[in-house]
Amino acid sequence: MIPVCHLADLPAGESVRLDTAPPIAVFNADGELYAIDDTCTHQDASLADGWLEGCLVECPLHAASFDLRTGAPVCLPARRPVRTHPVTVEDGMVYVHLTAEEGTAA
Amino acid sequence: MKSVTVIGACLAGLYAARALRAQGYDGRLTLVGDEPHLPYDRPPLSKEFLTDPATADGSADPAGEAPLALTDAEEIAGLDAEWLLGTRATRLDTRHRAVHLDTGRVLTTDGIVLATGAAPRRLPGPAPAGSYTLRTLDDAGALRADLARGPARVVVIGGGFIGAEVAASCTALGHQVTVVEAAPLPLVPQLGEKMAELCARLHGDHGVALLTGTGVRELRADGDGRVTAVELTDGRLLTADIVVTGIGVRPATDWLAGSGLPLADGVRCDAGCTTPIPAIVAVGDVAQVAGARAEHWTSATEQAATAVHNLLAGRTVRTHRALPYFWSDQYGVRIQFAGHRAPGDVPRIVEGSPDDRSFLARYERDGRTSAVLALNRPRPFMRLRRELARPSHATTG
Ligand SMILES: Cc1cc2nc3c(=O)[nH]c(=O)nc-3n(C[C@H](O)[C@H](O)[C@H](O)COP(=O)(O)OP(=O)(O)OC[C@H]3O[C@@H](n4cnc5c(N)ncnc54)[C@H](O)[C@@H]3O)c2cc1C
Ligand code: FES
Repeated sequence: MIPVCHLADLPAGESVRLDTAPPIAVFNADGELYAIDDTCTHQDASLADGWLEGCLVECPLHAASFDLRTGAPVCLPARRPVRTHPVTVEDGMVYVHLTAEEGTAA
Repeated sequence: MKSVTVIGACLAGLYAARALRAQGYDGRLTLVGDEPHLPYDRPPLSKEFLTDPATADGSADPAGEAPLALTDAEEIAGLDAEWLLGTRATRLDTRHRAVHLDTGRVLTTDGIVLATGAAPRRLPGPAPAGSYTLRTLDDAGALRADLARGPARVVVIGGGFIGAEVAASCTALGHQVTVVEAAPLPLVPQLGEKMAELCARLHGDHGVALLTGTGVRELRADGDGRVTAVELTDGRLLTADIVVTGIGVRPATDWLAGSGLPLADGVRCDAGCTTPIPAIVAVGDVAQVAGARAEHWTSATEQAATAVHNLLAGRTVRTHRALPYFWSDQYGVRIQFAGHRAPGDVPRIVEGSPDDRSFLARYERDGRTSAVLALNRPRPFMRLRRELARPSHATTG
């Protein structure tokens, strides 16, 4: 369980990046909190810098869009999903629960 | 329309094939590409591809490397196309809509998508061993292998985006790098003087010498034909173990000579990527769309959907109105630019600072923002880019 920040510091429409390995991005999408691996699966851009629209985040480099609920890309050029991680709030603090690395899939 | 041929099987060609199927075209589809590889992404070739040790042994087919491959077996099966790779189109007979191939085969189809991209300009004179241009995967593989032989003195000719990226990659690999630029300052046509100057500083920050205002007379070679030095037009001689020339590209239209298509800096099309022959459209670096030719990844991908839509409709019913956008990665700095900058537009830094190599600048014309540039500021850049892309902001079609 990784502490992220106070809920008050993550207002709707905002995101934070955690310097974990690999880095994780946490989003407040209109009140729903989501966490995904931060690095776009297309090339090398931080999704925490992306454009948040509903449950979708658009990559700031080539505009691939990912569904925050599933991590799946909804349009090209990304073709592989990002991992999603559960998020909880306790006593006003946001926490991310790391999803284990999947097998050897690169 | 029952049969379509796409000439050029890389970025724009692949996106055109995808768009055809996505728009419901279920006829025969043929892709012709002179490279032996399936479609791959070029931008990493001057960046990660050169510097990433994971790919540095050069043994695997690099097109198979995940970061470069633009497609996979599953999509290829779904596209249901005939791929003629390692095959060059040599002539286009517009009257019969026939494409002549170097294998002797002639493909006659209802529709044709021209997506042959561009080829690097070369210095006049012979190109000795150890001198490179960088356009294809094979170019990049050869350069990468040469760079892996040990510390070298690298001279990069041309300070544009590709030259700057190669200089940055070579520096990251520990080579000693000099960039030679004929203009007084590189990137002025793209960014304007003030912002170009800020970008040019990146070279000096990283110990790369930037020699401006001088051209290249010739490359010197030793008895084995391997490059030894670059002779400049001002008489200076730069010792070099490796030379990379990045002095721009020419649209790959040579094979279209005599076809009757209007060719002047690319295949001339209307704003819908349609040539004067509605059954022939052009996309990507080879296309001059409504008077302007882009050499950027995003334009190549975006034009495909428009072009194919019009091809299937038999005339231009949709025009391409996207905002020009490109990025470049140099020395760990991500440069992003979007918009229609004109000479005289005044750039104003609205966030960050040039000293930190992290800022956002708006170019202004008559009180309106014409373009936006960011160094390491992806988030606000994206916000402004979207703002500029809104129809009320469109300045040209
Ligand atoms: C090293 C490098 C770095 C880049 N970095 C960036 C960047 O950071 N950002 C950015 O926006 N853009 C970048 N670009 C530009 C971007 O890659 C191009 O705009 C894009 O590839 C254009 O796509 P295209 O399909 O039109 O052309 P291409 O990708 O060039 O594809 C054309 C294909 O057609 C083939 N062909 C040519 N003639 C024939 C023929 N007669 N018969 C059959 N096949 C033929 C070619 O061999 C090629 O495979 C970079 C380009 C290079 C080379
Ligand atoms: S890096 Fe995200 S779309 Fe390319």
